[in-house]
Amino acid sequence: MDTKDTQSLNLEALRAKLAGKTGRRYWRSMEQIAETDEFKMWVEDEFPNRKAILELDRRQLLKYMGASMALAGLSGCRQVFLGQDKIVPYVNQPEELVPGRPLYYASTFTHAGYGQGVLVEQHEGRPTKIEGNPDHPENKGTSDHWMQASILSMYDPDRSGSVTTKDGEIGTWDGFFKKSRAAIASQKAKKGAGLRILMEATSSPTLIRQLAAIQKSLPEASIHVWDPVNRDNVRQGSALALGKDLEPVYNFENAQIVVSLDADFFSSMPGHLRYAKDFANARRVLGAEAEMNRLYAFESTPGLVGAMADHRWSVKASGIGEIAKGLYDAVSGGTPSGPLAKELAAIAADLKGFPDASIVVPGDHQPAAVHALAQMINLLLNPGRGCVKYIEPVTNAGAFSDLSLKELVDEMNAGKVEAIMMLGGNPVYDAPADLKFAEALAKVPFKMHHGKYVDETAMACDWHLPETHYLEEWGDARAYDGTVTFVQPVSYPLFEGRSKIELLAALFASPTSGYDLVRETYAATVPAAEFESSWRKALHVGVARETARPAVTATAVGTQPEVGAPVPGLEIAFRSEPHVFDGRYSNNGWLQELPRPLTQITWENAAIIGVETAKRLKLESEDVIELKYGGVPVNAPVFVQPGHAEDQVTVHFGYGRTRGGSVATSTDFFGGGFNAFALRTSKAMSFDKLEEPRKVASKAHPIATTQLHHQIEDDRDVIRSGTLTEYRKNPSLHEEAHHGGSPESKSLYPDNIFEFNGPQWGMTIDMNVCIGCNACAVACQAENNISVVGKEQVKNGREMHWIRIDRYYMGDLANPDETVFQPIACVHCEKAPCEPVCPVAATVHSHEGLNQMVYNRCVGTRYCSNNCPYKVRRYNYKNWSDNQKQFMDRIEPIAKIGGNTTTEKTNGIALLRMLNNPDVTVRGRGVMEKCTYCVQRINNVRIEAKKAGREPRDGEILTACQQSCPTQAIVFGNVADPESQVSKLRKDPRSYQLLRELQTRPRTSHMGRLRNPNPEITA
Amino acid sequence: MAPGPKKAVQHAVVVEFETPEQLLKAANQAREAGFTKLEAYSPFPIHGLSEAIGFHDEKVPWIVAIGGLTGALAGMALQIYVSVIDYPMNVGGKPLLSLPAFIPVTFECTILFASFGAVFGMMALNGLPRPHHPIFDTPNFERASQDRFFLAVEAEDPKYSEAQAFLGGLTTATVAEVAA
Amino acid sequence: MAPKEPLNDELILGQQSNATLDNTIGDLVLDQKKHNNKAWVLTFLVGFGMLHLFLASVAWLLYTGIGIWGNNIPSGWGFDIINFVWWIGIGHAGTLISAILLLMRQQWRNSINRFAEAMTIFAVICAAQYPLLHTGRPWVAYWLFPYPNILAMWPQFRSPLIWDVFAVNTYATVSVLFWLMGLIPDFATLRDRATNKIAKPILGILSFGWRGSARHWHRYEQAYLLLAGLSTPLVLSVHTIVSYDFAVSIVPGWNVTVFPPYFVAGAVFAGFAMVLLLIIPIRAMYSLKDLVTMRHIDWMAKIMLATGLIVFYGYILEAFYAWYSGNPYELKLLQWRFTGPYWPAYWLLIFFNGIVPQLMWNPKWRQNLMIVWVVSMGVTIGMWLERFVIIPISLTVNYLPSSDRMYIPTFWDFAMFAGTIGLFVTLMFLFVRFAPIINIFEMKDLLHKLHQEKQRKDKGGKPEPEAPAEVPAGAGE
Repeated sequence: MDTKDTQSLNLEALRAKLAGKTGRRYWRSMEQIAETDEFKMWVEDEFPNRKAILELDRRQLLKYMGASMALAGLSGCRQVFLGQDKIVPYVNQPEELVPGRPLYYASTFTHAGYGQGVLVEQHEGRPTKIEGNPDHPENKGTSDHWMQASILSMYDPDRSGSVTTKDGEIGTWDGFFKKSRAAIASQKAKKGAGLRILMEATSSPTLIRQLAAIQKSLPEASIHVWDPVNRDNVRQGSALALGKDLEPVYNFENAQIVVSLDADFFSSMPGHLRYAKDFANARRVLGAEAEMNRLYAFESTPGLVGAMADHRWSVKASGIGEIAKGLYDAVSGGTPSGPLAKELAAIAADLKGFPDASIVVPGDHQPAAVHALAQMINLLLNPGRGCVKYIEPVTNAGAFSDLSLKELVDEMNAGKVEAIMMLGGNPVYDAPADLKFAEALAKVPFKMHHGKYVDETAMACDWHLPETHYLEEWGDARAYDGTVTFVQPVSYPLFEGRSKIELLAALFASPTSGYDLVRETYAATVPAAEFESSWRKALHVGVARETARPAVTATAVGTQPEVGAPVPGLEIAFRSEPHVFDGRYSNNGWLQELPRPLTQITWENAAIIGVETAKRLKLESEDVIELKYGGVPVNAPVFVQPGHAEDQVTVHFGYGRTRGGSVATSTDFFGGGFNAFALRTSKAMSFDKLEEPRKVASKAHPIATTQLHHQIEDDRDVIRSGTLTEYRKNPSLHEEAHHGGSPESKSLYPDNIFEFNGPQWGMTIDMNVCIGCNACAVACQAENNISVVGKEQVKNGREMHWIRIDRYYMGDLANPDETVFQPIACVHCEKAPCEPVCPVAATVHSHEGLNQMVYNRCVGTRYCSNNCPYKVRRYNYKNWSDNQKQFMDRIEPIAKIGGNTTTEKTNGIALLRMLNNPDVTVRGRGVMEKCTYCVQRINNVRIEAKKAGREPRDGEILTACQQSCPTQAIVFGNVADPESQVSKLRKDPRSYQLLRELQTRPRTSHMGRLRNPNPEITA
Repeated sequence: MAPGPKKAVQHAVVVEFETPEQLLKAANQAREAGFTKLEAYSPFPIHGLSEAIGFHDEKVPWIVAIGGLTGALAGMALQIYVSVIDYPMNVGGKPLLSLPAFIPVTFECTILFASFGAVFGMMALNGLPRPHHPIFDTPNFERASQDRFFLAVEAEDPKYSEAQAFLGGLTTATVAEVAA
Repeated sequence: MAPKEPLNDELILGQQSNATLDNTIGDLVLDQKKHNNKAWVLTFLVGFGMLHLFLASVAWLLYTGIGIWGNNIPSGWGFDIINFVWWIGIGHAGTLISAILLLMRQQWRNSINRFAEAMTIFAVICAAQYPLLHTGRPWVAYWLFPYPNILAMWPQFRSPLIWDVFAVNTYATVSVLFWLMGLIPDFATLRDRATNKIAKPILGILSFGWRGSARHWHRYEQAYLLLAGLSTPLVLSVHTIVSYDFAVSIVPGWNVTVFPPYFVAGAVFAGFAMVLLLIIPIRAMYSLKDLVTMRHIDWMAKIMLATGLIVFYGYILEAFYAWYSGNPYELKLLQWRFTGPYWPAYWLLIFFNGIVPQLMWNPKWRQNLMIVWVVSMGVTIGMWLERFVIIPISLTVNYLPSSDRMYIPTFWDFAMFAGTIGLFVTLMFLFVRFAPIINIFEMKDLLHKLHQEKQRKDKGGKPEPEAPAEVPAGAGE
């Protein structure tokens, strides 16, 4: 075959073949045109790599490489790369893609069933960056850490690449369809009595349409929905309170008073981006007269909401019920009993002072009764539904996801299930331990799993089917308020994945392209006449207008539900992990290494306990304890967290993975955490009594945190904060006592070394609206090709994030009065201490006031970092960029062909390189790096402006962190222009320069944190 | 060295002493006797010996001074050229001509060049390195570097013809004549 | 080694003549049989082994990167710069003895200056490894030198690291010149004594054809004195500039005006400790007791004590000013040093450099070789700890508390340190074996001087003519 190849791979021959063709012809590989035997074989069994993998010798390899080089140029043409030409670029579509100029496409990122609008930046056919879609009702152009990191998952070399059978043998789609169609046919006879579909909640109209059709054709078959982290409580709550299965949608824009009952509406609740944005707008203070909203938080595990709160009480998860009851009593005119009665009365008074402008938000994990009470309070407070509305549920999950799974397990045990099809999800890993899902599953004769990774569940199935990443597939989803948005591919599938909807179509109807399926669904919703235009428009913006779910008129029904009494003694609380969630993002290095809010833990989970509890149990951080719940013991490292509710152990999901990618399963330097699902039972999904844990070892498990717990020292002017009243008296929030060096104090040196009257870049960060969500950190990582270094290196203090979010406590460590987030990147000092100490002039100042780092000139003495008072410089202690540890370490030998294991995916690094932003240098080993104020973005805008013959407009340049920030806490611009927003903010009395006494003259200034406590409450 | 066929040119008449004192005494006498081309050899420096043979030389200090001056100017010039003229950059908002910061390098350059002046100047003036020299042919001369002291009247001396006799009168030791 | 020897006023003991000097010193080089002693072989082998550890760790460093060390953010510097400063400091005693004591007409320097100068050069060689290897990309470290290039780039002369480059290179060059110049007449002596067919021509070349003529000696002494005059400010400047690496920065604990003097004193302190550490065993090994007498040991111990007191004063001042300034960052650092997790380093430093040298007040103990040696060892450790306290400990606490991180050295940090010690020992022992470890002609000169003085005393002090201007190298008053 060697000789045949030489002919078939001869470029002349290829050109001849292409020349012959007329019209547009898409082709995937040179073999296709060449019609080589390989391609024929490929067509036959749809498995292209079989020969290649086992028989490719060096000469052939080189040949292929050469050939693909020759063809690489073609990837510039969108048609070739995307296979379809029906996607409408977000910005006005160019005739031909201009090399070096990115295109933006609107698409939709789906998290836990809810869609969030994204704009995908695409360089020459490579998606490289995710931004929020300005036209999307939720994120309005902003984004969160999950959206930002989703781009890395697309290039994840560990993603499942091919159909795999039970024993890990690589199969083919054809092979699968042969078997499965037979199975389904046999089911048709008995109306699908033996067929079950188990899936994650979805809001996709197309998918739901398909499921309905299946249900119709196979009435006996049943569809089960299971999410380990679900909204059952929310919907059961509204069922209790309103008599209907509804989802509440809050409006924080109008909310003057907000009470959080252990809720996290800043970073995980559906709609959190919109909620954060609106909340921040109601809190933003500019000018002495400005008002700000007030937030009361009752929290078990410290979270972003509590950190933002004006009043915060730590209450163990099971204690929230009482609080809700007390609050309801107070609001409904009674007198609250139980704990914090006095405070609750004051809060109620405050709430009632703002009819239609106050809400109570319960946490999704709180029991239905708490939700019921909360919604009953909201109905009382919002006669005009000013701050809350109720809509039909957005996802297809019934109100009883937990029961639905239990039911399925029982049926499987009873042998009623003959074929099960799992669409995504990982129940073998995340189902409640007591259900013994895996054992039940084993009893099913025909098991299929469709997912992005060969995970625990895939291993337990007869067939694993690779799923496409959302950037590779057509689809649709609904936003938190029901608005329909579209998923458009921006890249040809990197592997052999197929989307859910394509799979269902191929199995239960006729094979149809995702594009047509979505189009069909949409066609049904609009009049035929205007369909085409409205369809193009919808794709263009990625959102179908006016499709939000209408508010359902809801009134309180029934009586006040009974809340359970608090768990006596120690209790265990289960929570979704802030970054890897329920384990679905376990293989994402960016999310793994991103310090968790408040704890600043990276790469693992821990048993988090309060300070007093730690004292009582004689435990300290990094001790290892044995958690025993329901007889199941699990060893976990302890982490002592200030402000954590006492007598409670919080455990996060998503760790202790055994399959699903080398990052997810990495135990490098004891990373990888423990599996909290092993402890969770269907009896208590969010909290329950826990036996006193047994200490296994002291200081035995190093935990890699990026910051120790710091109380702010009073003698330092690092954080400025105060109450609204203090602010009105003294807008600078700055006690002279702290004063070091006056702002006027002169430098011996001239202010300007060179005369230059161009723009001068600067930034302000408003700590008053920063919620500490970390979106900026990931956005920066994605924009600037920042490396992941792994747990051990983080532990050594070598993490690479250019922007970090410092967290400080004020007052008592056990129960801090205040928690402040301070985002810090390079502040671009005008008198930068890092510059004069560099022996080779590798860091110097630009005319526009940027503190520039010249990577190619850096010899790596690290003196600049030593001399940087803000310690914002990052050093490539090893060859991070080319040696992404987490992927180099071990590639799971999942691919087997004819019994031989292949290491098909070992070129993971090559794949990851496609992710790099071409506008930013990739740093090698031994050089210093740091925030550049996104100089590449500045220059792009400058170029565009020059072409248009004008100056860059204020607000036209958005740094990556600024663009992603949900609360717009970060503002960037030209400080030389007195009219620019950044100049105005710098003049705001709250704005101050960090460590001003050092006379470094930072270009980034921070704005003091404000609190608006209720004078009635003294605590 | 045995006189060759053609008339051997003489280098000097040499006489050996036991102690530095004897050498010093002899040298003084020789100078007073009007010999001008004297040379003395000793394993270690002896005070007054150079005066005794009538040798004065102050070149080395001047060479060092010039070296030092060159170093200072070169060092400062380099820094000013680099930081102000050739590649002016805004480094931490410091003035281009940051003289205080330029002092250390200037100083080091001064020392370096001055030291070169001292060592290489001395070598050059002493005509070193010079692997061979006629004086080495003097019998027993290897002890000049150990524990013997030699006085030589060189051939260029106008009174060279009297040298042999005169030196013979100073000591009992044999007077040797060395070929050039 | 003998624990106790009588303190003798003589700088040279026993019946010595020029010939005996040649035998004792010169034949150490010419007659290799004199080296058949186990002590030399064993110590050399240990050093040689550690030298290979050095090579191994350099290889691994170049292959992997600085990441093999414990450095991090905020502690960009750790063992690398600690060891650099430590080694360069040790070097200073050599120049001090050969140059400053020469200018001060201290005749006792003669028998140890050659040895001390060698020590200087080898210490500088060890020190030089670190600035080179601590850069993330050593293969471009030459960018620190000013040379015209197609990058059209120059070094940044405001950086103390560039000052270091110039200071250290100048220091190395001048020390080597000084040393070689001192060797020329001795090589001549050896040349004339050598019988070995190979050794003779080599020595002939090394001696540059030195004839010992009065004219040579005249210019030689001029040059030698001038060089000493130049080396004196040089040696003071080198550690001053090294201290600028810290003093010029804005890091709390670094930005201290007392650094230059107290670094220099510390250098001399460490240097003399190292000389004692080496000379005490070697003089025993090669029975040089008559040339390096208890008088020398006594003098050096006294200087060690004096400089030790200056250094101790420096520590007290540092603490005082931190407190007196009321600067919160300095105070935090002070507290961190005293009671922080690194407290043992600080208090051991005070013990070794502040307390232990006080033993040297007692003349009895100054003559107890064992005690002197132990004290010197203590000082050597103490001076290393001083750099540890200054460099990583100051870096681990920051202006923004959020940046505080611990610095923990790794195996490779220690390996590299041990490695440079190996390099030093190897070089030192090769020197002892292949070069005259004591300046022969200066010893002869000294012998002559002492002889003259003795005569003068005998004759009731009839003054001899002395040329005041032209005092030869190592002449006494």
